[in-house]
Amino acid sequence: MSAVTGHPTGHPTGHRRPAVGELAGDRRRSWPYPRTTLGVAAAAAVLVPFVLPPYPLYQVTLVLVYVVALLGLDLVAGHGGQVSLGHGAFFGIGAYAAAILLWLGVPYPVTLPVAGLVAYGLGHAFGRPAVRLSGVYLAVVTFAVAVAVPPLIRRFAPGGAMGLPVRTPGAPSFTGLADDQWVYLLVLAVAAAAFAVMRSVVRSRAGRSLAALRADPGAAELLGIRPAATRAHAFAGSAMYAGLAGCLFTWTTGFVAPESFTVNLSITLLAGIVIGGLGTVSGAVVGAVVVTFLPAPGLVSGLALILVLAVAPGGVTGLARRAPALFRKDGP
Amino acid sequence: MIGQVFHGFGTGAVYAALALALVLVHRFTGVVNFAQGELAMVSAYVAWQLVDAGLSYWVALPLTVAVAFGAGALAQRLVMRHAGDAALIMTIGLYVFVHALAAQIWSSALRTFPNPFPGGPLGIVGPLGVVAAVLALLYLVIRHSGAGLTLRAVAADPRAARLSGIRVGRVHALGWGLAAATGAVSGVLIAPVVFLEPGMMGGVLVSALAAAAVGGFVNPVGAVAGGLLIGVAETLAGTYLWADLRVVVPLAIMLVVPAVRLSAFSRVRA
Repeated sequence: MSAVTGHPTGHPTGHRRPAVGELAGDRRRSWPYPRTTLGVAAAAAVLVPFVLPPYPLYQVTLVLVYVVALLGLDLVAGHGGQVSLGHGAFFGIGAYAAAILLWLGVPYPVTLPVAGLVAYGLGHAFGRPAVRLSGVYLAVVTFAVAVAVPPLIRRFAPGGAMGLPVRTPGAPSFTGLADDQWVYLLVLAVAAAAFAVMRSVVRSRAGRSLAALRADPGAAELLGIRPAATRAHAFAGSAMYAGLAGCLFTWTTGFVAPESFTVNLSITLLAGIVIGGLGTVSGAVVGAVVVTFLPAPGLVSGLALILVLAVAPGGVTGLARRAPALFRKDGP
Repeated sequence: MIGQVFHGFGTGAVYAALALALVLVHRFTGVVNFAQGELAMVSAYVAWQLVDAGLSYWVALPLTVAVAFGAGALAQRLVMRHAGDAALIMTIGLYVFVHALAAQIWSSALRTFPNPFPGGPLGIVGPLGVVAAVLALLYLVIRHSGAGLTLRAVAADPRAARLSGIRVGRVHALGWGLAAATGAVSGVLIAPVVFLEPGMMGGVLVSALAAAAVGGFVNPVGAVAGGLLIGVAETLAGTYLWADLRVVVPLAIMLVVPAVRLSAFSRVRA
C-alpha cells in the first residue's frame, strides 16, 4: 500500500489514480452494457435445466449455491476489508439446520428461513466480541469457530460422523419438471433474490458505512459511524448468507456430513472469492466456479492464492477489467 | 488431578512457544501469521530428517532452528512482501501451500519422533525450561541488541524507520526469521507427543492463536501465560468432561478475552 510495504499501487490517497480493476473492490464501471448482460445471463440461467444433462446440471446448481455463500463472504472480505475463516462453519450450520428439519419431517420451504436465522444468530454471537478488538481478531475467532464446529456436529447432530441423508425437495406435479430441475430453479430463485438484496445492502447507508470503515476507520468514526455495530451487523448478515447457502446445499445434495464443513471449506471459500475478485458480483460468480471445480486446498489452490494476491489483487475480475488498459499503448 | 494439571503445563509450553512466534510476527510486521504452525511442522520434519541421518538430537536442534530462521526470512522475502494490504490472506495461501508441499515431500504417513524428555517429571519441566529459555533469549535479543532496536523501531513507525536509514524489508525478514525459529521449538516439542504428520499443527495453531490473543498479540509474557492456561484448561476439560470439548476451549477463551480486557497483558513498552 505504501512506500514502506512496497506495494505497487501507491497510497490510496496519493497522487496516482489506480487503473480500473487494479484494486480489489474497485466499483468504477468498465463494462458498457450492464443491464443487457444481466438480462441475457438471467435468460440463459433459466434455460440451463432444460438443456443440460443431470450431472452437469447438479454442478451448475452447486455453483449457484456457492455464489450465495460468496456473496455473503464478500460483504465481510470485499466491502468490509476483514477476513472470515468461519464461513465454511456457518455454511455447515445452515446445511445441518436444514437437514435436521427435513429429517424431522418439516416441509422444505420452512428450512430456508430457519437455516438463515440460525446462522444469523450465531454470526452475531461470535461476531460481536470479535469485531470489538483489532481487525485481525475476526479472522482468528472465526478460524477457531471453523475448527470447533465439525467435532461438535459429530458429537451432537443426528447421524454423527456418518452423516445424515435427507429427502431433497420434490417438484410439484403440476409443473411437470424433474426433481433436479425443480431444485435448480429453487436455488436460482434464492440466488437471484440474494443477489438483489446484497446489491441494495451494499448501496445502502449501512453498506456505505462499511466501505467507509475499510477506507479510513478514523475518518468514518468521526462521521458518526459506529465501527463495532456496523461490522458486527455486516458479519451476521454475511453469516446468514452462508447459512442460506448451506440450506441450498442440503436441498441440492440430499446428504450432509461433518467432514464436508471443515476449516478446508472455509479456506476454499476465501480462496474462491479472492481468486474471483473481491468486492464485485462477477467475482463471486467466478469464485463459485473455482470453489466447485477446484476442491480441497492443495498445492494448486495455495499457489493460485499466493500468485493472485501478489500479481493481481483484483482477482480474475480485476484482470478482466484491466485488460483494455493493458493493451493500450500507454499501458495501465 | 495434580498430574493432569502438570500434563497440561507440558502441552501449554508448546502452545506458548507457537504463541510467542505469532506475537513476534504480529508485533514486528503487523500480521497474524496463519502459516506459523505449518512452518513449525516443516521444522519438525527437518529435525526428524537430521536425526534420521544419524545426528545427535542436541546437534540437530540448533541446526533445525537455524534452518527455520532461514525459511521464515525466505517466506517473508519471496511471498509476504508482495502481499500489499492482503497480508493476512497471503499467510493463509502460504499455509495451504506449505501444508500441501510437506504432504508431497514427506507423505501423510505417521512417523515417530525421538523424545528428549521421556516421561516422569522431566517430561513436564523439560518443555517448560525450553520455553523459558526461548523467552529469555528473545528478551535479550529484542531489548539489548542492535537488531532488536531496529525491530522495535520498525514496529513503532515503519515510515520513520525507513527515513532514518533502516532497511525495513530486511528487518521484516528478520522478524519472520526469529518467529519461525521460535515456532520450530514448538514443532520439535510437540512432535514426540502427537506423531509427525503434515496435519499435526492444526489443533496446536488454534490453541496458540487463543494464547496469543490473551497477550493481545503484542505481549510475549501474556502469550506464554495464555499458552499455559489453555494447556491446563484443555487437559482438564478433555479429561473430566468429554474429549471433544478440547476444541471448544480456545474458542471460549477468545470470546472471553475481549470482554475481560486483560489490559495488563496486552500493553507493551515500545
